[in-house]
Amino acid sequence: MSARLGRPHTTNDVLGSAPGPHLQAADLDCAVAGRTILRGVNLDVQSGERIGLVGPNGSGKSTLLRVLAGLRPPADGGVVLRGRPLAELRARERAREIAVVAQEEEPAGELLVGELVALGLIPHRRPWAAGGAAEREAVAAALRSVDLAGYEHRPVISLSGGERRRALLARGLAQQAPLLVLDEPTNHLDIRHQLDLLARLSRVERTVVLSLHDLNLAMRFCDRVAVLARGELRAFGPPQDVLTPALIADVFDVRASLVRHPRNGASHLLLDLPQPAYPSTAAVQKAHV
Amino acid sequence: MSEPSAVADAATCTPVGTPLASPTCSPINDAATAPRLVSPPRIQIPRGPLILPALAAMVVASFVVSAGFGSASVAPADVADVLAAHLTGTTAPDATLDAIVWELRVPRGLLAIVVGSGLAVAGVAMQTLVRNPLADPHLLGVSAGASVGATAVITTGAFAGAGVWALSGGALVGALAAAVLVFAIASAQGGLTPLRLVLIGTVMASAFSALASFMVFRSPEPQAAQSVLFWMLGSFAGAAWDQLLLPSVIVVLCTGALMAASSWLDAVAAGPDTAASLGVPLTALRRGLFVVLALLVGGLVAVAGAIGFVGLVLPHVARLLVGARHRIVLPVAALGGAIFMLWVDVAARVVGGAAEIPLSVITGLIGAPVFLVLLGRRQYRFGSAA
Repeated sequence: MSARLGRPHTTNDVLGSAPGPHLQAADLDCAVAGRTILRGVNLDVQSGERIGLVGPNGSGKSTLLRVLAGLRPPADGGVVLRGRPLAELRARERAREIAVVAQEEEPAGELLVGELVALGLIPHRRPWAAGGAAEREAVAAALRSVDLAGYEHRPVISLSGGERRRALLARGLAQQAPLLVLDEPTNHLDIRHQLDLLARLSRVERTVVLSLHDLNLAMRFCDRVAVLARGELRAFGPPQDVLTPALIADVFDVRASLVRHPRNGASHLLLDLPQPAYPSTAAVQKAHV
Repeated sequence: MSEPSAVADAATCTPVGTPLASPTCSPINDAATAPRLVSPPRIQIPRGPLILPALAAMVVASFVVSAGFGSASVAPADVADVLAAHLTGTTAPDATLDAIVWELRVPRGLLAIVVGSGLAVAGVAMQTLVRNPLADPHLLGVSAGASVGATAVITTGAFAGAGVWALSGGALVGALAAAVLVFAIASAQGGLTPLRLVLIGTVMASAFSALASFMVFRSPEPQAAQSVLFWMLGSFAGAAWDQLLLPSVIVVLCTGALMAASSWLDAVAAGPDTAASLGVPLTALRRGLFVVLALLVGGLVAVAGAIGFVGLVLPHVARLLVGARHRIVLPVAALGGAIFMLWVDVAARVVGGAAEIPLSVITGLIGAPVFLVLLGRRQYRFGSAA
């Protein structure tokens, strides 16, 4: 990354290298259209950590991510980014600190993949600037890191759903922000690319906060996991401490059994419904007799 | 980045089939992990820097050739002679020819260039602001407000002392009043969000049109209806040198402002959340866009009437040619709008014979089929990925 595109994230003069957590949320409340989405959420994210956010649909994961990323102001409480209240940062400063890839993003259809990824450089330069060798190199590097090397000149509409997700993630990586906030980055990805993406994320030297649906992926790739249920933080800690069968049964209403992976010995969750949700075939046949 | 090659670089012009410069994307390496990579790239028009000089040359050629058309035909060579004489400060060879070309056709052609490019640029900005492919420059109710002002001048004879400026002045006042009203209502209801702007603009445009119709209906002047109709459909017939300065300045300044914000506009087109997370000051940018659009549309409608279809179709044509990036879409749309408007004006004064045909009649007749052809293109997504 050349100096023309702005500073690399290690030498950030906006916030300096304040000690303490990278991101700290205190007593977050959030309401959308009069409905309470988050209640009293306390969360700290250490520098370089990968934090997984899990919870059932509607538990407030996306809203929490938006509040943590500064895209939505909390109704109460506050977020502190490296010692400075997030609300005090100007949009441009914030964008150099936090890169967000949301769940439902529809990039303009006529964009080429390279142009989509280059959007990530916007916080680092004047609004009229674009192009140049530095941009091409930054875009190529971001595309390489999501396994889309050489896709620069393809139209975005020609991508599959999974490729589009990865291109959007490349835009987030190109933003060069020390904190990466990702809303269900594994959505629409095939199994190989889910594992590959999370493995790549564990290699980038950034702090990552991401929401996930797959508890096993959270277990395997996150340093700590935050469990949300109905807008409240139910548990927060290392995955093996947090993702217990008891908590999973309580929050997700599924039965979980913890097993050892036969090859690598890692903890793995087997999940099924607590009891048959519908009558067995035999019962149905009996009822029809 | 300020080097002059920035435009060319932004267009990322790689001709079809050119291998990419990145050393790490060797086909062998990638083919092992992702076989899709070796499929041939889709054939497309190179988004090269050549399109801008090519279009600019077409604008100049269209300008010279179109000046020959009209009730008295003038050969392009004679037009060039008159232009050369004036530009070099020598006297023109033929006084009649000079009067026709320099006093009538040239200002008219220049007005067509200014209005055509301005409306096309306004269309690009409007479609980005409201994130809607059907948006055109007249969406915010500014043009309907201008028609109220112009109608008031025609039916009441207000500003009669201002002579030829009365109509333009009335239209400008109406346009700016409408813009302020729409801005105030949208802000009071929570901000200039795309959907709210579309709804308020549409509703207010209907209300202003009703008001204009009412004034025509109540007017004792029997010719009022026809005058208003002719004005609203647009014409360059009244073009004169002293009318050119204001719209030219407005178009140049507004296009410059939009170009200066071009990468922010790209982010806005990608969606409000994306723009916010990329550090774009969304609220300020939307307000700025609104002001730019109000000035642009108000200024152009005031001198030439509410010409339709240019601002709707040209942005799509530009995107089809060069992709979605504003730094290239804006100039391409501007040059395309200039060429389009020059030839529409030729049709307006040639087809109807002695009686000129209003411009919107022609832009509509040409624009509708062009738009339908665009709609039929499967590769073109009108700015959305859906």
